[in-house]
Amino acid sequence: MANTDDDCQCPRTPLLDELENGPWPSFVKEIKASAQTSKSAKDLLGQLELSYEEKKGHWKHGGLVGVLGYGGGVIGRYSDVGEQFPNVAHFHTLRVNHPAGWFYTSDALRSICDIWERHGSGLTNMHGSTGDIILLGTTTPELEPTFQELAQAGFDLGGSGSSLRTPSCCVGMARCEWACYDAMKLCYDLTMAYQDEMHRPPFPYKFKIKCSACPNDCVASIARSDLSIIGTWRDDIQVDDAEVTAAADGGLSIQKHVCDLCPTRCMEWDGQKLAIDNRNCVRCMHCINVMPKALAPGKDRGAVIMIGGKAPIMQGALLSSVLIPFVAASELMETLQELIRRIWDFWDEYGNNRERVGELVQRVGLPAFLDGIGLEPVPEMVSAPRDNPYIYFQAQKGAKS
Amino acid sequence: MSTAPKRITDIGPPRYDKYLHPVILKNYGQWKFHENISPGVYCHVAESGDRIYTVRAGSPRLLSVQTLRTFADLADKYCGGYLRFTSRNNVEFLLDEPCKIEPLKQELNALGFPVGGTNNAISNIVHTQGWVHCHSSATDASGLVKCVMDAVYERFTHEDLPAKVRIAVACCLNMCGAVHCSDIAILGVHRLPPKVQKDMIRRVCEVPTLIASCPTGAIRPATVDGKPSVTVVDDQCMYCGNCYTVCPAMPMNDAENDGLSIWVGGKVSNARTAPKFSKLAIPFLPNNPPRWPEVVEAVVKIVDVYAANARRYERVGEWIDRIGWPRFFKLTGFEFTRYHIDDFKHAGLTYARSAHVRY
Repeated sequence: MANTDDDCQCPRTPLLDELENGPWPSFVKEIKASAQTSKSAKDLLGQLELSYEEKKGHWKHGGLVGVLGYGGGVIGRYSDVGEQFPNVAHFHTLRVNHPAGWFYTSDALRSICDIWERHGSGLTNMHGSTGDIILLGTTTPELEPTFQELAQAGFDLGGSGSSLRTPSCCVGMARCEWACYDAMKLCYDLTMAYQDEMHRPPFPYKFKIKCSACPNDCVASIARSDLSIIGTWRDDIQVDDAEVTAAADGGLSIQKHVCDLCPTRCMEWDGQKLAIDNRNCVRCMHCINVMPKALAPGKDRGAVIMIGGKAPIMQGALLSSVLIPFVAASELMETLQELIRRIWDFWDEYGNNRERVGELVQRVGLPAFLDGIGLEPVPEMVSAPRDNPYIYFQAQKGAKS
Repeated sequence: MSTAPKRITDIGPPRYDKYLHPVILKNYGQWKFHENISPGVYCHVAESGDRIYTVRAGSPRLLSVQTLRTFADLADKYCGGYLRFTSRNNVEFLLDEPCKIEPLKQELNALGFPVGGTNNAISNIVHTQGWVHCHSSATDASGLVKCVMDAVYERFTHEDLPAKVRIAVACCLNMCGAVHCSDIAILGVHRLPPKVQKDMIRRVCEVPTLIASCPTGAIRPATVDGKPSVTVVDDQCMYCGNCYTVCPAMPMNDAENDGLSIWVGGKVSNARTAPKFSKLAIPFLPNNPPRWPEVVEAVVKIVDVYAANARRYERVGEWIDRIGWPRFFKLTGFEFTRYHIDDFKHAGLTYARSAHVRY
């Protein structure tokens, strides 16, 4: 489908051309580069210029398009000005499951480029909001061949619709000293365990899993995933006294920039030694972030499991809340598989259409959700006990009905 | 008869360690500490004493295969072909020879991919598809990102802010871009209810699903010309676009009434204070492509006022919590309006319920 004209004969795009100016790299230049060889990229340029003129989008959603045997991984997209721009009349997106931590070799990257140049617009997003490699724009007949060539190259499609969305993770142990569990391996293992739930949407709505290996939460799991797995530790922060002294000598005010900013004021500095009341440390990471040579997470490492994070649609945004305060790193996979099974069973039974797990928990209440998945309530689950007296007491022994 | 190759499905992504640099593989889980060598450059040191150097550069996220091949060529030239991308659309090259850092930085900068985005800088903007590829967008995302990053470019290549500043852009209320927990967020908004296309509804939509899709119950069943259809109670619509996603016969795009809102003070990290949502700073700015001057001016204003007033390590939201919202509005000059006061589902949670007032 490639147009081999050297001269792309690009449409006139005076508004978009403005966005080739300025120091930040320009997406318009990227579309124009693809338009040299791709008719669809050329029409995309034309349609986008029209949107800039009219201040209006021109895409239509939907249509069941995909690859054989999968119910997800492809986003159907149609132009509402297809007569004017026939090469983007059908302009579907493939979501390709990215490697954990978004690590590539140059050869892996080139193999994706070669496939996509043959079968689509040559435009990508590296990466989409959920984490996938986004291959932006092709026609229905190209979907299956693209998919199979990607599979030959070792890549599979990601999630879309009411499925398990492509799990994602931070770099974890690959390049971070703060990793409290092996986020890349866990993310990979979970992804492999639930291939069916990713490719054949079984749920009331989307379900996202994100693995951050420490409370800095570099993949925003608390805000952007239904199941947030955030690394933490149970024992004492590891302190290298000599490096603390070196940091102080280097101009860091340990009192002002470390102790005074500790959320529980659990640290004391006498000018010689840093003392930490570890029982009152909430593992926020601030002191460790400030002194990465001197301080490190403890050795008894694992993760806190949280539930229900999401963006606003439909009832408003939610941050995930604590479900299990600590699971040891060695037990994470087994614990999560059992937990996920129970959560999905409950959601399948009680969730409404297009109701995320977090909204289900809001609707039925966390206590009923805990009953449903068989977890005991613990005080770590709340910022405070309830402050209203309207308690739904369960049936009392000896009560008459 | 030729035999078709066997169809491959459900193989999942490449194994998590397939594309890792040999130094990373050798020291996996054995990192000791890291140092920030210069803006955009990290050095991670392993227990073994091995070092891996990271050079980070900004990208527009929307990348052609030509540019990806350029990245691949750079990776071959400087670091054995090993590279990665960050959760904020930066590209990172992973080097084991420090002498190659400077030549790589120079080549990236010459190609127009600025090195930076680390530590107390403004990193690249997380964003959505906008007019490039989304059905419900009220604005473009890539264009807004380009304009804002052009304006705060020096904040990307330098690390001179009190703390990191994370910016996000989402082109509608779906907020596919983590807008709800960003230091500064730009959000496309619609301001008119969907326009029911009664002839189209019959052909392409399932009416009960459409009615159920509305979070506020604003979509009511109706019989139009003897056929099942819907009406919209305009006062109840908060323009989320959920109906349009399930039914294309409910378009919302409107050139004059669509625009942008600005949000501030959200964060995801647990450092010091708990993660928190972004809060409304400006309810509406005009949709003014190709350069969106009003939006750019507002973002630059927030960044400048924050940079001048926040204490070291304070994120935007932590700074505002310390000085109070009245002072934030005074310092920025943004008008406080009735729209800033929540009247949706959990409204009361943000009302001031103490006599703690700054004068």
